[in-house]
Amino acid sequence: MFGPLFRWTVFLALLGGAVYWFVTWPSSTSDEQLAGLTANVENGEQVFIASGCASCHAAPEAEGAAKLVLAGGQRFPSPFGTFVAPNISTDASHGIGGWSPAELVSAVTQGTSPEGQHYFPAFPYSSYQRMTLQDAVDLHGYMQTLPADATPSAPHEVSFPYNIRRNLGGWKFLFMNDSWVMEAPDAQRERGRYLVEALGHCAECHTPRNALGGLDHGQWMRGAPDPSGKGRVPGVTPSQLGWGEADIVEYLTSGFTPEFDTAGGHMVAVIENTAQLSEEDRQAIAAYLLALPD
Amino acid sequence: MRRFVITATAAALATATVAIAGGHGGNPAVKARNAHMGLYSFNLGMLGDMAKGTTEYDAAAASTAASQLAALAAFDQSAYWEEGTIQGEVDGSRAKAEIWSDAAGWAAKQELMKTASASLAEVAGNGLEALQGGVAGVGEACGACHKAYRGPRN
Repeated sequence: MFGPLFRWTVFLALLGGAVYWFVTWPSSTSDEQLAGLTANVENGEQVFIASGCASCHAAPEAEGAAKLVLAGGQRFPSPFGTFVAPNISTDASHGIGGWSPAELVSAVTQGTSPEGQHYFPAFPYSSYQRMTLQDAVDLHGYMQTLPADATPSAPHEVSFPYNIRRNLGGWKFLFMNDSWVMEAPDAQRERGRYLVEALGHCAECHTPRNALGGLDHGQWMRGAPDPSGKGRVPGVTPSQLGWGEADIVEYLTSGFTPEFDTAGGHMVAVIENTAQLSEEDRQAIAAYLLALPD
Repeated sequence: MRRFVITATAAALATATVAIAGGHGGNPAVKARNAHMGLYSFNLGMLGDMAKGTTEYDAAAASTAASQLAALAAFDQSAYWEEGTIQGEVDGSRAKAEIWSDAAGWAAKQELMKTASASLAEVAGNGLEALQGGVAGVGEACGACHKAYRGPRN
């Protein structure tokens, strides 16, 4: 009754569905994988600052201590739609107050929610995946000490086909790669690489993306169109920047360029964070940047 | 056919001339405020280099530069923050539309720059440490406005 062509079609469709199911399955971290790790809240604060969590998750216009109220609401326009940062305060129903360490680690390093859904990569988990498990556990410990806020998270404004969360498994399969981009021949460069490629997620803005939003590693940190559609995020390789170590450290401390222009836009929020890191950490970031290929 | 070619060439030349004139002349309001920013950066540069230790601290020179910075901040700039001269619509502009849609917030940031540069002018001649504190305050004022109201590089 059914010809061989039909049977082959059914077979290939089922096979395709199985592959899709397998590839897009959201992976997560289990409690067992974190066994023996206890949170160091003080280090967790440093991880929180270096990772820039508050820069995106504080309420729009929040200043000073209010930036530790992670109520969400900042808007991030992109070619795929506008993403709205969710509430990640300690509120039990609107935030992440009820999350276990493993749930936070899965979210931050694998982009998977406690309900087993993929997060949009506007959340820079493809950088945070390089975070050590200890740092991620410390981060959880610190975040649990922050205030609660009951503002409900606003939905993202992303349209078909980008709004199909399951497809993000395919994005992760294609573009998530936890290997390091740069060599680290010494301890300082290793620290710099950890701060730039993992926690600081610098490449998320300073590296151009392909049509599907994957980072172009061949153009690492060479600058990219601003996701707002206006202007460019500058390249930061040595010849593009033209700055020495002291210039970079000064910029990451005070926001002043060597010409006494200042950082603008989202980079101001980044510098509010780097200014709170140790001088050694800022020097490590400079060492990393100065080693980028031109 | 020949006539068409001549007409087309003339039209292309006219377009090119307009384009070049536009690029060369630019919008006067945008040019004026970029020049204003250039004067900020020149005076702040002298102070900042002293604060960083790149050049030696000189109380008199610091006072002069700081009072010029304060005078610049006190300028009435309203004429050259002309509505509609936003990034993407006018060449050379990095102004965000929020300057006009959030006029009160913008005015507050300008006021912040006035206050910070006036405080710097008061203390710039009182030694290196006082200068450093004042320069940091001005830097924060610059950054606060650039964060909210200046777009990325063109």
